[in-house]
Amino acid sequence: MSTADSGKKRVPALDGWFTMDDDAPALLGSRCTVCGTFAFPAEQFACRNPACEGTEFEPVRLSRRGKVWSYTDARYQPPPPYVAADPYVPFTLVAVELAAEKMVVMGQVVPGVSVDDLTVGDEVELVLGPLYEDDDHEYLVWRWRPVASAKNEGGADG
Amino acid sequence: MADDMIGSPNGRETRVAVLGAGMHPWGKWGRNFVEYGVAAARDALRDAGLRWEDVQFVSGADTIRNGYPGFIAGATFAQALGWTGARVSSCYAACASGASAIAGARAQILAGLCDVALVVGADTTPKGFFAPVGGERKDDPDWLRFHLMGATNPTYFALYARRRMDRFGATDEDFATVKVKNARHGLANPYARYRKEVTVDEVLASPIVADPLRLLEICATSDGGAALVLSSLDFARRHGAGEPLVTVSAVSTVTPRFPNTVIEMPNFSTDSAAAGGVADGPGFRPSITRAAYEEAGIGPEDVDLAEVYDLSSALELDWYEDIGLCGEGEAEKLLRDGATSIGGRIPVNPSGGLSCFGEAIPAQAIAQVCECVWQLRGQAAGRQVDGARVAVTANQGLFGHGSSVVVTR
Repeated sequence: MSTADSGKKRVPALDGWFTMDDDAPALLGSRCTVCGTFAFPAEQFACRNPACEGTEFEPVRLSRRGKVWSYTDARYQPPPPYVAADPYVPFTLVAVELAAEKMVVMGQVVPGVSVDDLTVGDEVELVLGPLYEDDDHEYLVWRWRPVASAKNEGGADG
Repeated sequence: MADDMIGSPNGRETRVAVLGAGMHPWGKWGRNFVEYGVAAARDALRDAGLRWEDVQFVSGADTIRNGYPGFIAGATFAQALGWTGARVSSCYAACASGASAIAGARAQILAGLCDVALVVGADTTPKGFFAPVGGERKDDPDWLRFHLMGATNPTYFALYARRRMDRFGATDEDFATVKVKNARHGLANPYARYRKEVTVDEVLASPIVADPLRLLEICATSDGGAALVLSSLDFARRHGAGEPLVTVSAVSTVTPRFPNTVIEMPNFSTDSAAAGGVADGPGFRPSITRAAYEEAGIGPEDVDLAEVYDLSSALELDWYEDIGLCGEGEAEKLLRDGATSIGGRIPVNPSGGLSCFGEAIPAQAIAQVCECVWQLRGQAAGRQVDGARVAVTANQGLFGHGSSVVVTR
């Protein structure tokens, strides 16, 4: 477990949904051991494929890169349980197509990227960034970052 | 289309009579939802010429934001109207709850288990964005999407809107034009919450909530109530129901087919199509109304008007295609040509839609049917679609709830 510059312990905002490595974080999904269907979040009980009776799933790291399916932003502060910064800072969201998994996954975009910087089909990659913090912890979540966007080069956002 | 074919495409009767329709005006009244439901129920019973004691089955559409009475809405309304011993059922299907309540009542009637059923839905809503119900629930995607992504309902509407712009060249002006049309339609509707004309410029000048959608393009949350009195065709004849007799000819409550490849509230991801199981049928939204058309034995070419769930202005354009009024990517042309305005070829949301009502979740799918009933009876003063004989509603509730009702006379 790493420590943020502030000295706070960096922990996932939700256990088990993504890896915590700084260099190449990935979403943690599952693949059905019978039919190969992927799922995110990871499947627990039963395969979603109606033609499959699979009940066992291997954990998989989902593709770290994908293409923008669509995008929007949040100009007004979402209600709880979203933990917003004070004052509120609007953020951008994307839905991202993952080629190998043939699925679309959502997430926030790294701070500083607006809808004007995005187009459907743009390549984005997964990074980790702080969602909110308390006195001792910085709670991280996955974010998508445009691959070609020079202004967001570097490690984790924030 | 032969009229006598509607509602019995396979020789099996699918129709039930609509004897009464009633609503409590939509607004932000801040009173107990039961009051709206009772008012709508009494309206519908008066409209039907029946007494509450004549109702044999009560089908309630639940509200999840009003405590225990909301979870057992059918019994709540029955108790408020006065216990009569009527059988009761309550159901929840998110925005599709009203259609599920209609489906339940219709099934009782078609099975011969009762002659007269009352369907009621009503809601009292908080201000602002819909938030998940309280508590920390880390296994509930509806709670998690707010917590981890700050993804509100308009987030999802906006993803669809932006994709329409990218794929089909939809413009901000197109989306604003939908709002202008619906605002005009709802002007004379006594049940609508917002009755005020707007211009394209006014819509475009309203603040962006979720790019590209603006405040005036996203439906509000409202208080309201709606009710229907349904009966068997035999009972309607015995009761001497007036002409024209309006019937519910089909109710679709279909779920998606795997793999559902469109991102939907409240999910983080779509199904994966990696196992090769690419759905060969239509996507989920098109499948909803298709199932209703098949059950009624009609096609979209037979439809005279439609009430669709315009949670956003842009989403109404998706529905044009999904209910078969035009091909994919052709909705903007249909709108620009005026075909979906009253007086056009196929008016959509003559009631004013959610744009003028705001959403009262469990009442909304019932309200769509109420409007169709009044349209088909020629009682929709100030917004009448002349000579309408066939109407369709379309709606989708989160967690995979389809909702479409075909109403005919």
